[in-house]
Amino acid sequence: MAERVEFWQGNEAILEGALAAGARFYAGYPITPSSEIAELASWRLPAVGGVYLQMEDEIASMAALVGASLAGARAFTATSGPGFSLMQENLGLAIALEVPCVVVDIQRSGPSTGLATRPAQADLMQARWGTHGDHPAVVLAPATVQDCYDLTMRAFELADMLRQPVILLGDEVIAHARERVVLPGSPPACAGRPEPACPPEQYRPYAGGPDGVAPLARFGSRYVFHVSSSMHDETGFPNAQPENAARVIARLHEKIARHAADLELYRTYHAEGARYLVVAYGAAARAARAAVEEARAAGLPAGLFVPLVLWPFPARALARAAADAREVLVAEMSYGQLALEVERILHRDVAGINRYDGEMLTPEEVLAGLERVLTPCP
Amino acid sequence: MPVAEVRPYLVTRNLPHFWCPGCGNGVVLSAVARAFARLGLDRTQTVVVTGIGCFGRADDYLNVNAVHGTHGRALAIATGIKAVNPSLRVVALMGDGDCATIGGNHFLHACRRNLTITAVVSNNLNYGMTGGQYSGTTPAGSTTSTSPLGHAEEGFDLCRVAAAAGAMYVARATVYHVHLLDRYLETALTHQGFSMVEVMSSCPVYFGRYNRLGGPVEMMEHWRKVAVPLEKYWELPAEDREGKVAIGVFQDRPGIPFEERYRKVQEAARGARAGEVTER
Repeated sequence: MAERVEFWQGNEAILEGALAAGARFYAGYPITPSSEIAELASWRLPAVGGVYLQMEDEIASMAALVGASLAGARAFTATSGPGFSLMQENLGLAIALEVPCVVVDIQRSGPSTGLATRPAQADLMQARWGTHGDHPAVVLAPATVQDCYDLTMRAFELADMLRQPVILLGDEVIAHARERVVLPGSPPACAGRPEPACPPEQYRPYAGGPDGVAPLARFGSRYVFHVSSSMHDETGFPNAQPENAARVIARLHEKIARHAADLELYRTYHAEGARYLVVAYGAAARAARAAVEEARAAGLPAGLFVPLVLWPFPARALARAAADAREVLVAEMSYGQLALEVERILHRDVAGINRYDGEMLTPEEVLAGLERVLTPCP
Repeated sequence: MPVAEVRPYLVTRNLPHFWCPGCGNGVVLSAVARAFARLGLDRTQTVVVTGIGCFGRADDYLNVNAVHGTHGRALAIATGIKAVNPSLRVVALMGDGDCATIGGNHFLHACRRNLTITAVVSNNLNYGMTGGQYSGTTPAGSTTSTSPLGHAEEGFDLCRVAAAAGAMYVARATVYHVHLLDRYLETALTHQGFSMVEVMSSCPVYFGRYNRLGGPVEMMEHWRKVAVPLEKYWELPAEDREGKVAIGVFQDRPGIPFEERYRKVQEAARGARAGEVTER
């Protein structure tokens, strides 16, 4: 089959990526700027034998996702800031039950209803720390419409591999931009999630193998199993012993750490030897790229680091890219959430290029930020 | 029914259950297990979903597929399971806190959406697990740990709510009326579309104690005394209905469950795709 070229909106590319990844269940609640994903899912999913459910709220949507995944479906939802907040409770459930699923958060301006239809990138910390308890988070962030397609597929793959919900953190600009998307001639075959092979009476849904991940059976197969939001042991039944709790929490973190290599994903532009390194993701990375190209043309040794996986952050790659940098600048459409993570990794102060008025960050603003560090205020 | 037939549906290593002496949940749980046994359910094709609270622990004792979920979300989780695999028998076990209070919105929409899910609600009129606070079904005037001066709100009549919201089968029994309960559960579990069985249950440790209803035996007596068959209930003068509980079948109607309706949507979607009719 020949390669195919489409001209898609980000949200459309996310839906198509999900379908290509074998997603067959969507439960959600409409919210701008993610609604096109729901609208497309409502007729594209049933056409492939899947199910679209518009739930009563985002709490229910996330709960239904967990149920659908346990019944064996590749399941996903899409939402935006306030809806993502409502999903946090059962996102925690998915983490505790170790149920794979994909949650798309198309960031918009906040807090609360904020500027409901305007772009922002201020859910970065919510994506990491929104639900309660000690847990890891896996968060991918597209910077192009092509990324929307590719990273959505990757999100389903990682979710199955890690038995963990994976978040796709988009933003209004990427979601509504229309760009060229190249689809592979023969889409990579979907491995699906590993299923147990042992005799039913021996199945323990939480006995993590060498990589910390146990195969997950599905309801309706020959395995009868139990999953619990309460602290549980390998059998899936509640176990409140402190040593069991410590083992489970540690395993949740370690299964992600063990797959660190699979999770490292980023792009660099002129980062090699760059004296001024800009760090940006999503829509802000687009403005930053244009600014860096312009700076280079003007002879300024600027570079750009774009993380495509935000959590766990590609820390070593960032440290390498920033090794020669005199200044590190973080460009983001928030008051400074990404800057915190970059400072934590690099153990140094960074300059912030921030926009949080519900408008898109522009290349001129990033360029101005670069010029500001060249000529420090007296 | 012989114990041997019920045993395969119980996780016997977790018994005896952890509920307080005199709690009605054991009665409801055993009725559910008996119903599973009587219907000879295939354990691999049966899923029980629970929420949080005393009755939320019911899944610990049932040897079928089970999800112990989050507070109030049992029906939302059950919805995802049933929608993906309609051949599974899906049962949600909830208390009044789960179903009528924190999960009230999910309950309304589950009734309306009409997936073939059976909800079993053990209604002890308060939050037992958390220390006897009032719930969405606590009757006005009752004493609880958060209504020490008398509850200022009216409680839901869950069965009437379910019937109004569109559930296909709705019935209420009490932990005293076990034979009735058995019958209702069996009908609910074989009914097409959304079904709900509410069981008025005893909580002698909190609701019973705060409201001076006596111990476990007196609470059973209480349910015997206040329960009135539905048809007689409405014949009573309004003042005599005070404190009484109507038991019986509130709704039993045929209808098209969601699964069947959605199959038609899937067929239409396939047809549209094939004929390129609704290219957006």
